Amino acid sequence: MYVIIAGAGKVGWNLARELISRDQEVTLIESDHRRYRIVEEELEHAVQYGDATELWVLERAGIQRADLVIAVTGDDEDNILICQVAKEKYGCERIVARVNNPRNLDHFKLLGIQPAVSATDLILRLIEHEVPEYGLVQLLALEEEHLEIIELEVGKGSPVAGRRVQDVLLPDGSLIISVLRDGSGFVPKADSVIQAGDQVMLILDPGLESEVTPRFAPSSAETPAGR
Amino acid sequence: MFILIVGAGRVGSAIAKRSLEAGHEVSVLDSDPLSHERLDKDQSTSWEDAGGRFTVGAALEVDGLIAAGIEEADVFMAATRGDNTNLVIAQLAQRRFNVPRVVVRVADPARAAWYAEQGLLTICPTQQAIEQAEQVVLAP
Repeated sequence: MYVIIAGAGKVGWNLARELISRDQEVTLIESDHRRYRIVEEELEHAVQYGDATELWVLERAGIQRADLVIAVTGDDEDNILICQVAKEKYGCERIVARVNNPRNLDHFKLLGIQPAVSATDLILRLIEHEVPEYGLVQLLALEEEHLEIIELEVGKGSPVAGRRVQDVLLPDGSLIISVLRDGSGFVPKADSVIQAGDQVMLILDPGLESEVTPRFAPSSAETPAGR
Repeated sequence: MFILIVGAGRVGSAIAKRSLEAGHEVSVLDSDPLSHERLDKDQSTSWEDAGGRFTVGAALEVDGLIAAGIEEADVFMAATRGDNTNLVIAQLAQRRFNVPRVVVRVADPARAAWYAEQGLLTICPTQQAIEQAEQVVLAP
């Protein structure tokens, strides 16, 4: 596989190193000359000096035969445009873009730049995973495939607590795929009983959260004041 | 017409003034509050007194674009210093806010040409300088 990576910051350099160690062909492009010299000492010919938003720089790196283009510069505009031309001008089917400011994520989506990875968002998800108070945690959103995986805590007195999986009424397009209880997880069978305090993972069509969530929410009598 | 210009540099501010003189409604967005001075320069009244609008905000922030009136704009011009910023906000204006006429300044001739093929109205000062210089330099 031939991979072009734009931006030799921490993310770009480490990605290049990892891919090279897995015997992939990599060209890293860096526009800051000092940074380029530092990276070049290690990666030698695998790094090129230039502005990856310029077409000739991408062409010099061989974008026409790239299987994957990864844009991880510190500028969201640059990452958007690098991926846009890679995809639309040079027909590269697989792209990955880094989102520096999560507020720009909509711009990536609007211009069809997917997947767009935001480190801030990823860390936020991890925090949510550690802090059960949030109730609903979105674990994975497969935008292209129109699927998402969420995690919910089963509240005390919620409609599903104490019920068997087969008796839980869920909308079409949603499915319980895993139950986490006392620190370990299992894939439930139809007759597994869901208990209050379980963390339940569901796969569902996007947009069903608002229908699914109330089934797992604690009954209002059990909701502590101030929550 | 309502014209929104992002970037009050030499080009942006000059077009803004001309558009206002021609009787259009004009709004200017720039991240630098000092860029306002260019709109007042050589004018008998201040930009606002002459009827112009000015908003301070980052070009890529949707809130700033909305505050500057992008939702009502008939014409949008991306004229910041950065080609990449201009190309992204021009596409936002076109695809997200459905502005009928979107003009974008792109200094890099190669990308100006390609994005023009994709349906953006690009203006490339570099290409124009090359063509002008060619006529003068290669004059018989």
